[in-house]
Amino acid sequence: MAIWQGKRSLEVLTLTLQGEKFALEAGRVQEILDLVNVTEVPGGPAFLNGLVNVRGKVVPLADLRLKFEMASTPPTIDTRIVVINVLLDGETTTVGLLADKVHEVTEMNAEVLEDTPRLGMRWRPEFIRCIGKHGGDFIAVLDIDRVFEEGDRGTVAGGTSSVPAQDAA
Amino acid sequence: MTGGGDPTDTFRQEAQELLEQLEQILLDLARSPENAELVDSTFRALHTIKGSGSMFGFDAVAGFTHHVESAFDLVRKGKVAMTAALADIALAGKDHIRNLIERPESADPATGQAILARLEATVGGHGAAPAGPKPTEAGPVAAPTAPTSKWRVQFRLPVDALATGTNPLLLVDELRALGKAVVTPLLDKIPPLEALNATECHIGWDIEVETDKPKSAIEDVFLFVMDEMELKIEPLDAPVPVAAQTAAAPAPAQAAPKAATAAQPAKTATEALKGGGSIRVPAERLDNLMDRVGELVIAQSRLKQIAAASQDSEFKSISEEIERLALELRDTTMGVRMVPIAQLFGRFRRLVHDLAVELGKEITLTTSGEETELDKTVIERLNDPLVHLIRNSIDHGLEPPEQRTAAGKTAQGHIHLSARHTGDKVLISITDDGKGLDRARIRTRAEENGLIAPGAEMSDSELFQVIFQPGFSTAQAVTNLSGRGVGMDVVKRTLDALRGSIDIASTTGKGTEITLRLPLTLAIIDGLLVRIGQGRYVIPLSAVEECVELPPVQENRANGSNFLNIRGDLVPFLRLREMFNAMTPPDKYQKVVVVSSNDMRVGLVVDQVIGDHQTVIKSLSKLHAGVGTFSGATILGDGTVALILEIAHLVARGQRERPMKLAS
Repeated sequence: MAIWQGKRSLEVLTLTLQGEKFALEAGRVQEILDLVNVTEVPGGPAFLNGLVNVRGKVVPLADLRLKFEMASTPPTIDTRIVVINVLLDGETTTVGLLADKVHEVTEMNAEVLEDTPRLGMRWRPEFIRCIGKHGGDFIAVLDIDRVFEEGDRGTVAGGTSSVPAQDAA
Repeated sequence: MTGGGDPTDTFRQEAQELLEQLEQILLDLARSPENAELVDSTFRALHTIKGSGSMFGFDAVAGFTHHVESAFDLVRKGKVAMTAALADIALAGKDHIRNLIERPESADPATGQAILARLEATVGGHGAAPAGPKPTEAGPVAAPTAPTSKWRVQFRLPVDALATGTNPLLLVDELRALGKAVVTPLLDKIPPLEALNATECHIGWDIEVETDKPKSAIEDVFLFVMDEMELKIEPLDAPVPVAAQTAAAPAPAQAAPKAATAAQPAKTATEALKGGGSIRVPAERLDNLMDRVGELVIAQSRLKQIAAASQDSEFKSISEEIERLALELRDTTMGVRMVPIAQLFGRFRRLVHDLAVELGKEITLTTSGEETELDKTVIERLNDPLVHLIRNSIDHGLEPPEQRTAAGKTAQGHIHLSARHTGDKVLISITDDGKGLDRARIRTRAEENGLIAPGAEMSDSELFQVIFQPGFSTAQAVTNLSGRGVGMDVVKRTLDALRGSIDIASTTGKGTEITLRLPLTLAIIDGLLVRIGQGRYVIPLSAVEECVELPPVQENRANGSNFLNIRGDLVPFLRLREMFNAMTPPDKYQKVVVVSSNDMRVGLVVDQVIGDHQTVIKSLSKLHAGVGTFSGATILGDGTVALILEIAHLVARGQRERPMKLAS
């Protein structure tokens, strides 16, 4: 991937979703918050079903577990909201991501950044920017802009009531 | 002030304002070409654009403007008569200048040449050619016919003149260029050394000048500084001195006696040129300020909750004090965002002028209530819909002159724009005295398109709403839009986005009145806080008609007819619990909040009506743009987010669930 060329290493934030560890570019992360009151948006896209108050701003809360077709479990004491900046149609938008657990900010060696393998991944390869090796683990680095791209935002239920509420919070 | 930004941006911004003023002045001038003050204003505006243009490296702008300015210099000197045609050319020139400034790469030099050619043809052999005299050098070029006379010129600049870039020495030099001059400085006003600020100008000048030029040539020297300075020009030969002219007098008052009847627009233009004691702030900063104030109000309401539960009387009184201050601050901040609608109406004069020429119709445009204030964002977003509606009125409402006289009306069509306040709304109406809407044709088209049931009984205002339906074909319809690609449905959508509504009243043969109703501001609304399941939602109070209890009979027929009998009217209602998938058991007594939009009512069934809530509106991100049920969100006193219901959307849903139109 073009952006990574000439970069020796990448700083990432690692977190866990349903027992799987993955990483976000650390530069995109604004802050990490404890879980606060989540307001449900009826009729909104299933994985973007909530709104939270981040320092006086109303910020959409995304549950990537639903996006990646994982099971959704009730929040625990480790649940955090990772506030990140996403590029949406050329505009920076602040979004909160629900994480089962947040680990650390770490450097990954550029040499081990490999292109996405087509097999052996439990989530869709187009959301993964690359795979890095950290300690003994393989960690997927998310292409976060891609996750929120228009075509993948999920069908908006058009305000209808048929979708049963996902127990996001 | 923008502070630190690119200086050329400052120039662009200033030029844009100057060009807007210039447009207004030229339009006035087209109407009353004999008004000398307007000619002077035009000349000054052009001169400023030229001067600052060349200063900031916009050489094409400066070059082009110079020719137009030269032409107006000739007019000003009375060598060429001012005509409406000349004003028209100047308007085209003004458009070209704007192009040169805003999109220099796309501005076509040929357009400029064509305008200059027309200008040349109109001004004739008076040399509007490139070699035309610059205004400040005007004197020496004029023909030496007048006998020499002696003048005493006394002038004194405002103390801050140096800071605004005026150089008194240049003025003195210009006077000396007029003829033999004796210059004496007036040092009487210089303060003692310890009080002297070196950047201030305390010196006055007394100059005796012997010249063959008329007095106006002397006045020309001070053309650009005259408004603020003290200036006395008297003939030394004449036994009776001419009345002194002081700072308060309008600049060209003596040069042009007619100026006593100065037209209002010219005056305001001059005032605006001086800045009028106001400062310019980027709109973005105002938005930030409004955000901060919104947060303050939210934090304050949390404080109030805690104070209410506290026993500490001192704490309570501080909380009350802060509440008062926060609310005052909010009102002041909102006031800052309000701008008079005159700004918007002003732009339409040009539109009407151009359309009248283009369509060969005679049109007068009148306006009222220009001082009505509206949120800046609302004003900006109203521009396109209003352009569209005015265009429509002129294109399809007003008949050609022959038809009008045949119908016993004046040949000149009339468009009236008005704005006024009613409660927390602003009403803007566009009235024409044209032929009115053709009900039969609208109905036929609507029935053909399946927008209304054949033979359905409906009021005029309901029928006219059909025009705003996206499916209402514009091709042969009464409100044909000349294929400009923007339909009335876009107008309607913009109005919806602004939380406004639109009404049409029309009398066949007499004309049409289109009224837009808009909220005063987009930033804050009064809302009714309700609870549905566990979620709290805000309903805009302006849409709420009443709150009633849901009769148990209706309650039990959850899947039966969803109609409520309110004093004989059948009102459809929506069970928001079902729409929002509330999981908790319903409250024992369900409430119905009756809301209305466009004269249609719908009941919203909720668990609990919590109460009045002042709401700072936060828009939803693009990620939720597709959710039509909500117009935005707000933050409640305890820090949770609550969604604001979009009434127009809910009412439309409620009406759809009506099996057929019921006569009420």
